[in-house]
Order: sequence, then structure tokens, then C-alpha cells
Amino acid sequence: MNALVGFMVKEVHHILRDRRTLTVLLLLPLAQVLLFGYAVRTDIRDIRVAVVDPSPDAVSRSLAQRIDGTDVFTLVTTVPTVDALEPLFQRGDIDQALVFPVDFGSNLGRAEGTSIQVVTDATDPNTGSAMADYAESVIRDWTLDRSVASAPPRVVVDVRMLFNPTLESANLFVPGLMAVLLTVVSALMTAISLSREKEQGTLEILLVSPLRPWQIIVGKVLPYLALGVGNVTTVLLAATLVFGVPLRGSVTLLFAESLLFIVVSMALGVLVAAITSSQRTAMLGSILALMLPTIILSGMIFPIASMPAPLQTVSNVVPGRWFLVIARGIMLKGAGIAELWQETLVLTGMCAVLLTAAVRRFDLRLS
Amino acid sequence: MTTTPAPRFDGTVEASHLTRIFGDFTAVDAISFRVEKGEVFGFLGANGAGKTTAIRMLTGLLQPSSGSARVAGFDVATDPEAVKRSIGYMSQRFSLYEDLTVAENVELYAGIYGLSDAEIRGRSRDLLDRLGLGDRRHRLVRTLPLGWRQKLAFSVALVHDPGVVFLDEPTGGVDPITRRQFWEMIYEAADRGTTVFVTTHYMDEAEYCDRVSIMVDGRIAALGTPREIRDRFGVDSIDEAFVRLVRPDTSASVGSGATS
Repeated sequence: MNALVGFMVKEVHHILRDRRTLTVLLLLPLAQVLLFGYAVRTDIRDIRVAVVDPSPDAVSRSLAQRIDGTDVFTLVTTVPTVDALEPLFQRGDIDQALVFPVDFGSNLGRAEGTSIQVVTDATDPNTGSAMADYAESVIRDWTLDRSVASAPPRVVVDVRMLFNPTLESANLFVPGLMAVLLTVVSALMTAISLSREKEQGTLEILLVSPLRPWQIIVGKVLPYLALGVGNVTTVLLAATLVFGVPLRGSVTLLFAESLLFIVVSMALGVLVAAITSSQRTAMLGSILALMLPTIILSGMIFPIASMPAPLQTVSNVVPGRWFLVIARGIMLKGAGIAELWQETLVLTGMCAVLLTAAVRRFDLRLS
Repeated sequence: MTTTPAPRFDGTVEASHLTRIFGDFTAVDAISFRVEKGEVFGFLGANGAGKTTAIRMLTGLLQPSSGSARVAGFDVATDPEAVKRSIGYMSQRFSLYEDLTVAENVELYAGIYGLSDAEIRGRSRDLLDRLGLGDRRHRLVRTLPLGWRQKLAFSVALVHDPGVVFLDEPTGGVDPITRRQFWEMIYEAADRGTTVFVTTHYMDEAEYCDRVSIMVDGRIAALGTPREIRDRFGVDSIDEAFVRLVRPDTSASVGSGATS
């Protein structure tokens, strides 16, 4: 036991004496949260709208005012014909246009009803469809308000966005960011520090020593575990304090699940170090094999449901995917272990398999 | 703790038809030899002759394909962990941590080899005083000259009083004066009863050994005292004998460059 403690003390010395790396590791999470929080916004504000109204009257004006009155839309201009729209879109003066038909106001009361066209700049498809949805919901609300006065409509679709009603992008990215950061810090750092020992020849000495492979791995992993927990704390503090991201579930559970995910990532880092021979390849290996899949396949940015079927299957082996469900569940839905036991079980299984593989791989030694 | 601790372990190394096969390549081909306690045994051979594979088997890192070996009284195939506890090891590549202090390195390895806290403190002080590093104990190893680091690494390999210490090209890249001092340390260790199993590419160092073996293509081609080997080939130095064994067609006296 003395041997293991001594070995961990040595790891702590390595971490504390490499000031530059330590600073990066501690500040990286904070920088990332701020960067993602301010720069990467998928929620849309300031949609500039033009209205095409061939026959202005009180009814069409009322809808135009309703649109302009929301904090999302700004009414830029009102033009008489559709032809005027194209240059406006091309110059980028407007993002969206509402096109009223002739006699919109008088047709609205009739049984056959009327229609309204919403034209949206879909250069960025995600933003485009979000803008279209916003416009539709404002128009629907307006119609409903009017119907109360006249005849009640037959079917009312009432859409509510649960857990993230204002569709704040911060709520979405923080759990994903945790997955990416923990993968980077845990896997990358473990891989680099192990392959450094390999490169310098000290690993050879350790393997010839009475230290068992599991002791070497535990001694490597535990100090970085502490660093990972520190990172979770930083990300959560920044997310809740700066961006007001909710933390509805149990903080203890969230930390426990993060620990599990950190161990999984570290086991992956050990495996990367086992098959690479230098620090540089270990670093490249971790980034290509671990970080990119976490960003692309975990559902952090691109929804898994919209991936092609083969990629959806592949995403199952990305640990970040399961952690993301857990973290979003706890933070946004206030879910507990009763709802998340399946994902937890998957991560636990991965943890067991990967740790066994890592120790095995080391047991093969230098042969 | 005394300043010259005696080894706590048996110092013999015994190989009997020790063989290791990788695929259809026989890296080590049924080598047999016996090294006695306190002996300085030179283990020579050109690169690729099977030296490293043999040492890996003797240090419990690699299982033999057939044959057997006992190191410090323990069988390397069935009891590698006991072998590891009773031996010391220093590799050609630098084996200390440069970002740890002198004392931290000593304490780390003493702890890994299972010494108690009291033993670690006592050994560490004795070892550093003997090396004359007492006043530099809190310096980072990085700041020491290479020669000092190698001497420190050797002392660290001996910190748990191993029965056998394996030195894999310990004097690579070290200046002649330090090499000389290093060999004095080797003799001191051997005098205390520690068996020294050393590989080297410097043929003048081979002359310092009690006995040497020369490996060629996985087999031991010559084994004996330096004098016996010189006499057998009718040459003036181990260097010449080595060249004749490794390259039978070339004439002798090519110089030590032929060994690398």
C-alpha cells in the first residue's frame, strides 16, 4: 500500500510542477463555457421581418404589430408587392417576410378562411426552420386570440417546449461541454502522462519493479480524477452563475455520474497510451479517436435522431452519448437514478470492460 | 541501518536451456549459464543477438517459451513477482524522474520496493551522504549533470539491497571519468555481495568483469573470464574476440565501433 501511495504522491508532484499544463487544465473549462455561452448561440434573437401587405387594413396591421411587439422580431419595413422582397433578402436586410394575400382582413372571417405566407432566409437550415417555427407560433397565438371573439376554432395545437421553454442554447451545450471537457482532461492527460513514462524509459523500471499493473494504473488515474472533479465544479459554477443554466436534479448524483464518466475516459486514455509509443501520437490518438467522436456523435451538437442509421449504431459505443443523456436529464429535467439507471448501467458496463482491457493490456508488458 | 547493507536476497542467476521464440524467429536459443553471488557478469552481444530478450526473461517481464531460469532463487516463469522484489534494474535510458527532487526519487523507489517509512528515511540519508549529494537532496534531478544522475540511478537501483542488479548499458553517453567512478561503484556493490549483471557496448568495460558471455544469434558463443576468452581466440583483447565471433569473415581489430 505504501508503494501505491508513494506512486500517487509522485503523480501529484508531476501535475503540480508542470505549471503551464496545470494552468491550461484549470482555465480551459472556464474559457470553454464562456466561449460556448457567448459565441455559440442556437437560439435566435433579432429576426428582421418585412411585411408584404397589398391591402392594408386594421386586421393585417394588428398582426404586423403583434409580430413587431415580440422581443424576437423586429419589423423592418412594409412593402406593397412580393417583388420588393428579393433585393431585401439578397442584401441581407431582412431574415424573414410575412406575405398577406389581397383582402386578408375580410377573408379571415369567412368559413373557407385564408392563408398567410412566411418566407424565411434558410441559408442556415437550422436557424431557418427555427425562425419559421417562431413566426408560426406568433401567428397561431394571434389567430387564437381573435377566434375567441368570433367562432371557436375546431382544432387547436398547443405546443409547449418542456424543460427548456425559451430554448436557451446554454442549457443544451453545458452538459455536452462537460462530456467533451472530461474526455479531454481525463483521457488525454492520462494518455500523455503514461506515454511520457514510456518515452523516457521510466515505465520499464516500473514494470520491472514489484508494482502490479493495476497499481500503476490506479496511481496514474486517481490524481487526474481529482482534477476532473475540479473541472466539473468549474463548469457547473460558471454555467449556473453566468448563464443561469438550471440544475434541477441532485448535485450529488451529477457528481457521482461524472466520476463514473471520468473513469471510463481515463481507461480509454490508458488504452490509447498502450497502443502508441510517443507522447505526440498519444495526443493525436486521443484527439482523433476520443474527442472528435464525443463532439460529433454524442448528440452534443448534432441530434442522434437525425443521423443516418449506421452512425446512430456507432454512437452507441461513444461513452459521451450516454453521459450526455444523464447530465441533461439531471440538470434540465431533474431526473434521478430511477429514470437514468439504464444509461448509468451502460456506462458502468463500459467502465468495467475498459478497465479490464487496460490492465490486461498492461499485463502483456513490453512483449 | 549500516552504511554497507548486505543483500537480503540470494544472488545467483541460473539459466537452463532458456529459450524464447517470437513466431518463427528464435530470439534466445537454449542458453544455459550460472552466475554466482557477488560476481560481476558481463553480458555481451551485438544488437539483435538476443540480449534484451534474455534480460526481459530474467527480470520477469517476459515468459520463456521453454527452458527455465532462476534468479535470486525464484523461478522467473512461475514466480515473477518474487523475482522482481529481489532484483534491482537500471536501463540504458535514464531511469529517474527529472521533475522530482533527488530525495523524492530515492523515496519513491524505496517505497515501491516495500521499505518502511523509517527504512526509507535512513536509507535515503545514507545513500545521499555516500554519493555526496546530501546538500543537493532538494534539487530537481533535471539540474544535476548526467554523470551524477547515472550514479544516483545506480544507487537507487540498489536502495532495497537486491540480490542481483541488472544494468542495461549503464554507461552510455557518460564521460570516461564518470565511467571509471561508476565501475568503482559496481565493484563496491559486488564486494558487498550483490551480483551485478551488466550489458555494455564498451569492450574495455568487458575486461573489468569477472566473467563475460558473448551472445551471437540467440546462442552463447563464448563464456568465461576475460583471460580465458582472449586465450581461446589467441587475441589481445575481448574486443578482438568479439569481432571474430560476431563477424567471422572480417579480420580482427576493427575497433569498438563494430559493436554498435
